[in-house]
Amino acid sequence: MNPFSSGTRLRDMIRAIRACKTAAEERAVVRKECAAIRAAINENDQDYRHRNLAKLMFIHMLGYPTHFGQMECLKLIASTGFPEKRIGYLGLMLLLDERQEVLMLVTNSLKQDLNHSNQYIVGLALCALGNISSAEMARDLAPDVERLLQFRDPNIRKKAALCSIRIIKKVPDLAENFMNPASSLLKEKHHGVLITGVQLCTDLCKVSSEALEYFRENCIEGLVKTLRDIANSPYSPEYDIAGITDPFLHIRLLKLLRILGQGDAGASDCMTDILAQVASRTESNKNAGNAILYECVETIMSIEDNGGLRVLAINILGRFLSNRDNNIRYVGLNMLMKAIMVDAKAVQRHRATILECVKDSDASIQKRALELVYLLVNESNVKPLTKELIEYLEVSDQEFKGDITAKICSLVEKFSPAKIWYIDQMLKVLSEAGNFVKDEVWHALIIVISNASDLHGYTVRALYRVFQASTEQESLVRVAVWCVGEYGDMLVNNVGMLDIEEPITVTESDAVDAMEVAIKCQRLGLTTKAMALIALFKLSSRFPSCSERIKDIIVQNKRSLVLELQQRSIEFSCILQKHQNIRSALVERMPILDEKTFSGKKAGSLPTAVSTSSIIPCNLPNGIGKPAAAPIGDLLDLSSDDAPPAPVSSGGDFLQDLLGVDLSPASAPSGTSQSPKTGTDVLLDLLSIGTSPSVQSSSSAIDILSSSHDNKAPVSNLNGLASHSSLSANATSPASSAGMMDLLDGTGAITQKHEENGPAYPSLVAYESSTLRMTFNFSRQPGNPQTTFIQATFTNLSPNVYNDFLFQAAVPKFLQLHLDPASSNTLPASGNGSITQCLKVTNTQHGKKSLVMRIRIAYKTNDKDVLEEGQINNFPRDL
Amino acid sequence: MIHFVLLISRQGKVRLTKWYSTYSKKERSKVLRELSGVILTRGPRLCNFVEWRGLKVVYKRYASLYFCMCIDPDGNELEILEIIHHYVEVLDRYFGSVCELDLIYNFHKAYYILDEILISGELQESSKRTVVRSVAAQDSLVEAAKEQTGSTISNIIAHAAK
Repeated sequence: MNPFSSGTRLRDMIRAIRACKTAAEERAVVRKECAAIRAAINENDQDYRHRNLAKLMFIHMLGYPTHFGQMECLKLIASTGFPEKRIGYLGLMLLLDERQEVLMLVTNSLKQDLNHSNQYIVGLALCALGNISSAEMARDLAPDVERLLQFRDPNIRKKAALCSIRIIKKVPDLAENFMNPASSLLKEKHHGVLITGVQLCTDLCKVSSEALEYFRENCIEGLVKTLRDIANSPYSPEYDIAGITDPFLHIRLLKLLRILGQGDAGASDCMTDILAQVASRTESNKNAGNAILYECVETIMSIEDNGGLRVLAINILGRFLSNRDNNIRYVGLNMLMKAIMVDAKAVQRHRATILECVKDSDASIQKRALELVYLLVNESNVKPLTKELIEYLEVSDQEFKGDITAKICSLVEKFSPAKIWYIDQMLKVLSEAGNFVKDEVWHALIIVISNASDLHGYTVRALYRVFQASTEQESLVRVAVWCVGEYGDMLVNNVGMLDIEEPITVTESDAVDAMEVAIKCQRLGLTTKAMALIALFKLSSRFPSCSERIKDIIVQNKRSLVLELQQRSIEFSCILQKHQNIRSALVERMPILDEKTFSGKKAGSLPTAVSTSSIIPCNLPNGIGKPAAAPIGDLLDLSSDDAPPAPVSSGGDFLQDLLGVDLSPASAPSGTSQSPKTGTDVLLDLLSIGTSPSVQSSSSAIDILSSSHDNKAPVSNLNGLASHSSLSANATSPASSAGMMDLLDGTGAITQKHEENGPAYPSLVAYESSTLRMTFNFSRQPGNPQTTFIQATFTNLSPNVYNDFLFQAAVPKFLQLHLDPASSNTLPASGNGSITQCLKVTNTQHGKKSLVMRIRIAYKTNDKDVLEEGQINNFPRDL
Repeated sequence: MIHFVLLISRQGKVRLTKWYSTYSKKERSKVLRELSGVILTRGPRLCNFVEWRGLKVVYKRYASLYFCMCIDPDGNELEILEIIHHYVEVLDRYFGSVCELDLIYNFHKAYYILDEILISGELQESSKRTVVRSVAAQDSLVEAAKEQTGSTISNIIAHAAK
């Protein structure tokens, strides 16, 4: 005998594997065992074949590959003894699945065993066939299985019945062959055969409508009788579970009755009595009884309408909900969810119990119950249910708060009977769990407030009150800050007082205090602070008595380390100090926000066209395009006449645009690298006037906007624009600050247009870095507007000499560029001299597009190669 | 229909797997990994049902072992709990107060018993006595065959010794 194959006994191998302390040790043991088994397989060792297969099965369970043992299963199955066959079939079911071709080889053995004289061997074959048969095997062996449905031993009949289920699932065409033998199984007394027979009939009904009709006609009465007998049967110890005789049989009978009764009033009628009996008499203090009740309820809800039974069923579910067992409550809620489609009114009666389940300690029950409550809410009960939910919100677990807030917000939004109620509920939710509320929710609230003009005063006072009570919930603070900024005067003067309100006295300086709290509070985030800053700025014209104080607070923030706040306060204080004439117009109340646009946006549909009608490209003498100027003009228009606030509908985040608090790029190290959102965010520009992006993005931005003027450019176009202009962000960095101040300083009349059409163009700092500056001087030949002569002057800003100086430029296809040789290739240090170079640019689309250029400057300094690159977008527009 | 039956120890060791629906080897190990992660970490006071990939997994813990069965979403979870209990009771009768070690060293017997309770994912027998009797009858067939070969071998030895 082979020294390997004698090997260890199964028990010893398991013991050895269990003794392993590490995975590596285990692998070593398994590897050794597998080697021995392979060797035994190669030697065709018969004596230990079944032991080796048993070992392989254990190894397989541990997750190791065991495919090499598959043929051994077949050999064992083909041998004559029962022990070999038993382990062989077990191995077959464990190591193979129906998709392996090896399986086909076993069909013949199976056929022989199905006809074996030993009924246990027949049983093994049926079991294997039932568990892993493929469609081909099912087709080949169906006649044998069909015959075995009438076998004398009930143990074989029940196995054959379940095996038939697999066969008809694999090959539904065979269903009709099984109809007759299946229906005769229903008359059996043996529970095993009865259970499997009922199951077979159920599955036959699912795959064949013919079978369904057949059983409807022939079996309903018999099934009802069987169910009645079993339900009324006296105690039988063999089948008893918790005082009920064979709940498994109960459940299967109820399931089959459900399928037969569904869509057939006559059949449904036959079974109402017995269903009523099962529903009312089954003990519900144990799981087994509840399992039957659960199935019975499902059958009652599915069969044809019978009002009385349904009330009974829903009452059972109501009892489930008050059961102490989590499982019962869970299935109860699940079932009610289905029942709500059938009979919403009946489910409504259990609202109180369902609400209790929302407060359950089991998270999966809470979740189910909340979903169910959500389905239960309608216009008539939204008020009490919301009240309950909000009350529960106060005591619920932290991790559940997000879920429940989202549901409340959605309900309130969907079923709100009145705006004032909506606002009230939202304030409650925000003050309770504002930190769990998503941004869209408070954005939506602001839109609603904006549209409810008669409630502005009421809302701002209510918000002021809750704000005074606590600043814990950030989204509440944001809404409060926004409203105080917009409607601060109504807060102070008690404008639009409602009867239900208690009057409060708020002075102007109280309101300013509140905003100061929001700015200074450590806990609140940047967005909130920025909003508070805007609110203060807005209040500066509403509250003239406080304007000095507001100015002080804003000035304090000029030193803020947060770029966004610093920039905002610099801009605002500039406006407050130097531009009194436009201030009141700038801080005008927001136009009413468009609800439709917002909800459309929330649904994910972006507006198809961007309205740009009010953007007037304009030029200023310093050669830097200023799109920001146009929106300001726009704002003035809004206040003076009824121009529609159209630009609001552009892409990007609606409200954030409105508030100018798009802070995503604020963490960037320098202002010049902010990603520009020009063009799309007209309103952002409107409030954050002169932020660097709007200035920098300059002519190319205008270009696209003006060209989309007629053909309604889709939003994607604008996205492209944004990325395009971000390229230019660095190119004009030095110009931006100048431009910003310029914008505010130089132009009292903002919509002033550049009128100089003459050939003289101002010189332009086209590129500037810490080491190098390039200035462009423009000239044109009269009568040839397409061609521009540019003289580039390079100045060295560093203390080192530049050698091998080389300037290169590239232009888009609609431009033609000619470069003359440079005056020198050495640039003296510290601006003690310069290089000049002439360029000739011809614009074939003169008047439609303006110049753009990419540049690259290479030189050597201190023996190091330096390369500087940039893009010039700020050419005077009409070149 | 029951799609699969799993027995997993509290440490995450697999003690029995039976697949009634078709899962490839890869899928099987993925299912095992996912489910043992979900089930073993659930708190003791939660309900015994896990919604998983559009199906439901009903599990129940007996001592150190988790018995899990995966069913269709419209299946009767409460009944599955009873089927699990039915299986456990039969194991208990067969082994005589069964413990995890019994199921490790006699894993094949645990399979034989399961095969007498479920075929193609459906319940086969609701009588525990019938199940135990049927398994015992087959065991005695095996014993008889062993004795027979044993006696032939001893006959040969005796014969050779002569």
